[in-house]
Amino acid sequence: MIDIQFLTVVILISVGISTLVFKKNIIKIVMGIEIISSSINLFLISLGYREGSVAPIFTNAPSVKMVLPTPQALTLTNIVIDLAITALMLSLAVLIYNYYGTLSMKKWRLVERCS
Amino acid sequence: MEVGREMFIIEHLPALVIAIPLLAAFIAPLLKRFGKHAVSVWSILNLSIVECLVIVLGYRVIKDGIQSYAIGASIPSLLSPNGLPVRIILEVDAISSFMGLTSISIILLACIYSACFMKKYKSVERYYSLLLLMAAGIMGMAFTGDMFNMFVFLEVLSISSAGLIAFYAYKGEAIEAAFKYLVISSISALMVLFAIALLYGQYGLLNIAALGAAFRFTILDKIALALLVSAFVMKCGAVPLHMWVADAYGEAPAPISASLVVASQISLYALFRICFTLFGLLPAIQIIAWFIILFGLASMFVGVTMAMPQKDIKRLMAYHAISQTGYMLLGVGVGLAVINDINALNAFGIAAMEGGIFHIINHAMYKGLLFLVAGAIIYRTGTKNLNEMGGLGNRMPITAVLFLIGMLSITGLPPFNGFASKLIIYESVFLFNPILSVVAMIVSILTLASFVKVFYSAFTGQEQSKYKDVKEIPAIMLVPLLILAFLIILFGLFPGIILKLLVKPAVQALLDRAGYIGVVV
Repeated sequence: MIDIQFLTVVILISVGISTLVFKKNIIKIVMGIEIISSSINLFLISLGYREGSVAPIFTNAPSVKMVLPTPQALTLTNIVIDLAITALMLSLAVLIYNYYGTLSMKKWRLVERCS
Repeated sequence: MEVGREMFIIEHLPALVIAIPLLAAFIAPLLKRFGKHAVSVWSILNLSIVECLVIVLGYRVIKDGIQSYAIGASIPSLLSPNGLPVRIILEVDAISSFMGLTSISIILLACIYSACFMKKYKSVERYYSLLLLMAAGIMGMAFTGDMFNMFVFLEVLSISSAGLIAFYAYKGEAIEAAFKYLVISSISALMVLFAIALLYGQYGLLNIAALGAAFRFTILDKIALALLVSAFVMKCGAVPLHMWVADAYGEAPAPISASLVVASQISLYALFRICFTLFGLLPAIQIIAWFIILFGLASMFVGVTMAMPQKDIKRLMAYHAISQTGYMLLGVGVGLAVINDINALNAFGIAAMEGGIFHIINHAMYKGLLFLVAGAIIYRTGTKNLNEMGGLGNRMPITAVLFLIGMLSITGLPPFNGFASKLIIYESVFLFNPILSVVAMIVSILTLASFVKVFYSAFTGQEQSKYKDVKEIPAIMLVPLLILAFLIILFGLFPGIILKLLVKPAVQALLDRAGYIGVVV
């Protein structure tokens, strides 16, 4: 019996990695990183989930069971960091587009010089 | 009152070392209204304060043992009230303070150098702001005792470094380099986070020391170990994921290239911390150690062979940085390979680790010097291409001598510091496996060959008419170079003292797994 959420995590990470490896468009690469990051968020959240429990924000909780708060804190932190990374990467993508007029990696100067 | 304040500073030392650059980074842009100099003076001032605090902290670590600090606790020294650590804990032992001292010294010198080097650019306040953030990230990674906190500081470091690499935003290459760096570092950070999630899912712990005590070495732990090792090897710029190093170091402003060297080395520290403290007792750690040794060998060889044909002075030095990282991986990897064999450890393992750790500080110094000298050449001539340089030795004699010092040091000739650490690595690794040692020596010779080429094409030869007006660099840029050159010669002349003072405590701290864990649990 495989937990469906962990299977989803594995599938999403493989999709993200294959995007990173096979795509040449840098917007797609940013998307690949985002997919990996979201799947790790899903993994963290599903680690802390307990069936039938409440959010860990009550003083007088209606039921005794609560989900784990730490993975949610980790996820929140990762979402914030992810936002910063994505914003920075997309702004770099804008600059690259302004400079080279294309989003394809094949046309980059450093790539050409090295190959 | 005076005594009270002193006690306050000493009690909160580990937190202050991270907090001061972090807060100073956000104040720096506000100071622009007082002129550009105000920002640089502010950054230099803050980094000097941090440097002093790190020295005091290091002194206390040597004197009183491991220093620890629970963030946000009413009594910071109270780490685990109910037997389990609940807060983020900073834990400073000898290796952390060694790395902290190395990094902050290089960043401080780079900052002094930038005061003149970056003067002509308009948005320097952002530059200093990011530089201070980078310092905060490095100090955080060195001093934290918490896995997730390490991930956060890794991201702080990556984002600020990417911003700095892209500082010459009018050049497409710099943007490319920053993008590449950002892709690599965010992937490695996500791998770290995934490994943290795997560990948290099993043990419910994030603290490194508590995790180390609770380990059961399940299959998931091994997956986490593989993820962590590959992430940090990726981030420290070892072959096979070295391609970002050449671009990032080559395209960043020269003082940033020098700071990036220590930023990569802090990932090496994280790698060693994970391998020794978390997984030190794992029976299969030898396999990981062999992987680290092979990564080291590949880095040494590929780095130096790729450096040979380069025409861009900074790109060439960046490939040498990869190659030198290999020496550190080799030295410490050999120590890790024999960690469970006490006889071999005493015979050559500890010596190999001392060589590797000593090489970290030596590499930070001479590579910092070389990058700053390259920056000086670019500052005066405006070109990075070695073919366009020539005859600069007459015009910039002090720079030429400083370059010579750095060059002889990186190739491992006596009496410079590179010789001291490389000799220890050769001798100890020879006892482990002679072939590894032979490869290391061949790489050293190739390094010499490649740097001789740089020296000849930049400083000797016919003077070119277009460089008639080239002068020696300004005094404020010479100061950090002279300090580095002085330290290189000092470390080369008295390696025994430095080993005893700095390196041996650091290696002992890395091996003293029980001591690190015992502080928290």
